[in-house]
Amino acid sequence: MSLVSPPGAPVVARALGKSYGDNVVLRGLDLDVPAGQFVAIVGRSGCGKSTLLRLIAGLEAPDAGRVALGTQDERPSDSARVMFQEPRLLPWANVIDNVTVGLGAGADRRDGRARAIEALDRVGLADRAGEWPSVLSGGQKQRVALARALVSRPRLLALDEPLGALDALTRIEMQRLLESVWLRERFTAILVTHDVAEAITLADRIVLIEKGAITLDVRVDLPRPRRHTSPDAAELEARILARLLGETVVEFRDDRA
Amino acid sequence: MSDVTLDFPATASTPVASKPARKRGTWAGRGVGWALPLALLALWQGAASIGWIGDSFLPSPLAVIKAAWRLTLTGELPRNAWVSFLRAIAGLVVGGGIGFALGLANGLSRLSFNVTDSTLQMVRNIPHLALIPLVIVWFGIEEEAKLFLVALGVFFPVYINTLHGVRGVDPQLIEMARSYGFDRRRLFRRVILPGALPSLFVGLRFALGVMWLTLIVAETIAAQSGIGYMAMQAREFMQIDVVVLSILIYALLGKLADSATRAWERRCLSWHPAFQVKA
Repeated sequence: MSLVSPPGAPVVARALGKSYGDNVVLRGLDLDVPAGQFVAIVGRSGCGKSTLLRLIAGLEAPDAGRVALGTQDERPSDSARVMFQEPRLLPWANVIDNVTVGLGAGADRRDGRARAIEALDRVGLADRAGEWPSVLSGGQKQRVALARALVSRPRLLALDEPLGALDALTRIEMQRLLESVWLRERFTAILVTHDVAEAITLADRIVLIEKGAITLDVRVDLPRPRRHTSPDAAELEARILARLLGETVVEFRDDRA
Repeated sequence: MSDVTLDFPATASTPVASKPARKRGTWAGRGVGWALPLALLALWQGAASIGWIGDSFLPSPLAVIKAAWRLTLTGELPRNAWVSFLRAIAGLVVGGGIGFALGLANGLSRLSFNVTDSTLQMVRNIPHLALIPLVIVWFGIEEEAKLFLVALGVFFPVYINTLHGVRGVDPQLIEMARSYGFDRRRLFRRVILPGALPSLFVGLRFALGVMWLTLIVAETIAAQSGIGYMAMQAREFMQIDVVVLSILIYALLGKLADSATRAWERRCLSWHPAFQVKA
């Protein structure tokens, strides 16, 4: 077991622009994420938050501006890992072979299987290593996907609403698992979510994107582990939600006060 | 005001979706499948024994078995069956190989698809058996004629299903593999090929059907050996028992090929939910 995990990679995005046809998704966006930070990107559907994540993770190339990850010659496919909304496990590979996928070019190395078992152990699924993905529950599949993302000790973990399709209880379990893994390994984490409460539970910092630009950038200085019931968290959530939903809701809150 | 009683149907129970346990591979289940053919066989034998069916019209099962034994002893049956089997396999390997290669090429490369696919689709619309007169002119009744026809016949089901399978691989999985740094070779071996496999097996099983059909026609029209030739010779001498035997041999070879493919499919697709037997 390697005790030295690579430190997180800083992310720098400058004047990022991306359009699909006539549809401008990102317009001149700047973002700096220091190494090891857990950032949540929130916003309405279609605001460009997933596109931003895809550009950072190297899944797509920007039309304008640039995005850099860690050092000059660092390639996203080596040091960044993505967790998608769907587990995207290979149905024809058993659980452990799905995890070794995460080792990339090093998958065939001799210690590959040992590392995969270790990663599975970290998400609590070491005993399911030999099974087909089709027999796992949705939450278990997403945990295998997490193990696959973690097995190469990434410097950046990009999370594209990975908990969106899970039921409420499994979601909370996964949030706790994500937090504990991040606290231990200290990679840089960028979480795209539409769930403000989830962002507050997990992130150091919340970035709100509207119409392809950052319109709110707040630090979350709450002690961990965070619980939904904390009044500070509730106040912050109300603030961000008010901003997200527009002013009508703020007035409605004022009437009740 | 009238009393309003809210009468909720207390018995509105939610239907319980109870999936019947699927039986597969149990001996009892297999036995049921054999009951009907065995009964028909018994009926046939009975009808022939009491003379309802004349020997020159349809010989009894026992007569067919006797013919099989006779021809096995002379070596005629094994020789012809072996020849037919080799022809089938050769045609399948050649036609299926080309179909598989072109299906892969056209599924992976837009350029290759644009260049060849519309031509192939045009050729596909010609029934390959319509080429028999031309094939006889080209190759006579030599082995090439049968090989050509069988290969042409199996080419299309293999080609189309390979293409469909490669095209149908989940783009989300391909994106995932790319983001995990897969090179082209690994992407093909670990994502595209296994993803296309279920469709490939569909193509192979279709191809087997076309293979036997083509071979039967080709052997009865243009051959000097093989099961089809044996049947045509027997017809000349009114040996109806041998004719029936030939038909049964074709059925047996077809069934064997299909069973072998299914076993192979079950092995290769054991990850697929459709092939997972609940313990």
